[in-house]
Amino acid sequence: MLTLQCPYCGVTVEETELAPGGEAHLKRFGPGSSDDDFEAYMFARKNPKGVHFERWRHAYGCGKWFLAARCTATLEVFGTYPAQTTEPPADLIAKIKEKRPTWEGYK
Amino acid sequence: MRRYSMFAVAREAARFHAGWERAWRSPEPKKRYDVIVVGAGGHGLATAYYLGKVHGITNVAVIEKGWLGGGNTGRNTTIIRSNYLQDPSAAIYDKALKLYEDLSQDLNYNVMFSPRGLLMLAQSEHEIRGYKRTVYANNLQGVETRWIEPAEVKDLVPILNIEGPRYPVLGALLQERGGTARHDAVAWGYARGCSNMGMDIIQQCEVTGVRTEGGKVVGVDTTKGAIDCGKLAIVVAGHSSVLAEMAGFRLPIESMALQAWVSEPIKPTIDVVVMANLVHGYMSQSDKGELVIGGGTDGFNNYTQRGSWHHVEETTRALVETFPIISRLKMLRQWGGIVDMTGDRSPIISKTPVENIFVDCGWGTGGFKAIPGSGWAMAELVAKGEPGPLAADFGLNRFREGRFIDESVAAGVAH
Ligand SMILES: Cc1cc2nc3c(=O)[nH]c(=O)nc-3n(C[C@H](O)[C@H](O)[C@H](O)COP(=O)(O)OP(=O)(O)OC[C@H]3O[C@@H](n4cnc5c(N)ncnc54)[C@H](O)[C@@H]3O)c2cc1C
Ligand SMILES: [Zn+2]
Repeated sequence: MLTLQCPYCGVTVEETELAPGGEAHLKRFGPGSSDDDFEAYMFARKNPKGVHFERWRHAYGCGKWFLAARCTATLEVFGTYPAQTTEPPADLIAKIKEKRPTWEGYK
Repeated sequence: MRRYSMFAVAREAARFHAGWERAWRSPEPKKRYDVIVVGAGGHGLATAYYLGKVHGITNVAVIEKGWLGGGNTGRNTTIIRSNYLQDPSAAIYDKALKLYEDLSQDLNYNVMFSPRGLLMLAQSEHEIRGYKRTVYANNLQGVETRWIEPAEVKDLVPILNIEGPRYPVLGALLQERGGTARHDAVAWGYARGCSNMGMDIIQQCEVTGVRTEGGKVVGVDTTKGAIDCGKLAIVVAGHSSVLAEMAGFRLPIESMALQAWVSEPIKPTIDVVVMANLVHGYMSQSDKGELVIGGGTDGFNNYTQRGSWHHVEETTRALVETFPIISRLKMLRQWGGIVDMTGDRSPIISKTPVENIFVDCGWGTGGFKAIPGSGWAMAELVAKGEPGPLAADFGLNRFREGRFIDESVAAGVAH
């Protein structure tokens, strides 16, 4: 059973208290953007086998969205952080690199 | 290849079964093939089979990282039906169903196709309307389905509690031609057919890289060395994004865990397949007597072939209310597969940004039923380089162009 810590409440909760929201840090493209950019934003997903940055909502708690770094091949959770960021925090990246030396980094 | 027949059984019985040969060869890879199919699940093997049988292309290898049929093809609950909503879906799923009907004869391999009938229960007003609409659509598409009232449902499935307080049964959509088949046998039968045409099925060989030159595929790197190819068919279900990444493009796919479980074997109690989409559960009985049960997918990206426990609990709870007599049964085994989900719950059979690479994926929670039709359509695409009528609507360009084939309702529960 997957457990994540809500960065707002500070509590560690299991997944039935949470709602998954897919890939994090998507760059939005709206009207006026190219077809390529819009298509990629809407549909193309990294879906990696390994380190994944993703959105979660503390649905049956504070109700807020937050972000998590998790390994999709082992279900290991590296950490969670608030949603108000455009990139994963540097200390989290460092922590992941330590645990996954061959990981090519956040792209 | 020696044909299987009554006489073969009699002959072998007379000599202590010493003469059965292996169903397929396990060769070392050659330097080059005209076509390499990655993934020896049902879809990859069927693609190879129809490449040979329909298009005469037999210099083909099917490369599999584990054992053939060990992916979702060997993990699914084997429901076969073609009562989808949209016309392109009806066309390909019904083609698959028609091929299933005489697949055992075609392959000379008993896939135990059992068209025992399939019910989708309506347990809310909304579902009544939804399924009636599907019946009308199916009748226009030439796919026979019909709406039946609660009394007939009870008649077909006596163990069903149609007056449950929470989930009363208000009627059902019935497809009499729907049913099940033996999942392993489908993979094994196609594999034997491929091997018999001289194709190489290479197991325990993982594709680790895709080599391209000038925007064209030239080969793959594998754990058994580099292998050249003219064309590459990627048919790896939950690992489609991983292979696409190797080839340098992205897909509109997310991989998630889907689980199934079976009860201890009991005497025959239910001789149709019952799907209860509102409560996210479905059940049928295997030839061994086990009740085969499945539910919904997890909601997060996952490659571990393990699912979340609460899905098992939720689905079992709902099915116990729907079929009260199963409440004392022990559950024997539970397992998971990694399914490739698209946004419109329809598959992708398509050319890709790289010349001569083709993908067949996105079958998600419901592609077992489609194996013969998908293989047929994919073989045509790979052989001709352009999709035929069955695959035409399932191209990757449908996302860019907003031509979704929305089956999120017809796909309902995961099956
Ligand atoms: C629990 C569960 C229940 C289901 N129930 C039903 C049902 O009732 N009815 C229905 O119609 N469908 C059902 N499905 C869906 C169905 O199982 C799949 O859609 C279908 O089997 C997909 O077949 P495939 O050949 O595309 O994939 P798979 O059978 O998964 O084959 C893909 C193969 O590719 C191989 N591969 C991956 N990466 C590599 C690599 N790098 N190199 C070499 N090989 C690689 C894998 O090892 C695998 O064997 C269910 C699925 C699950 C998990
Ligand atoms: Zn919270």
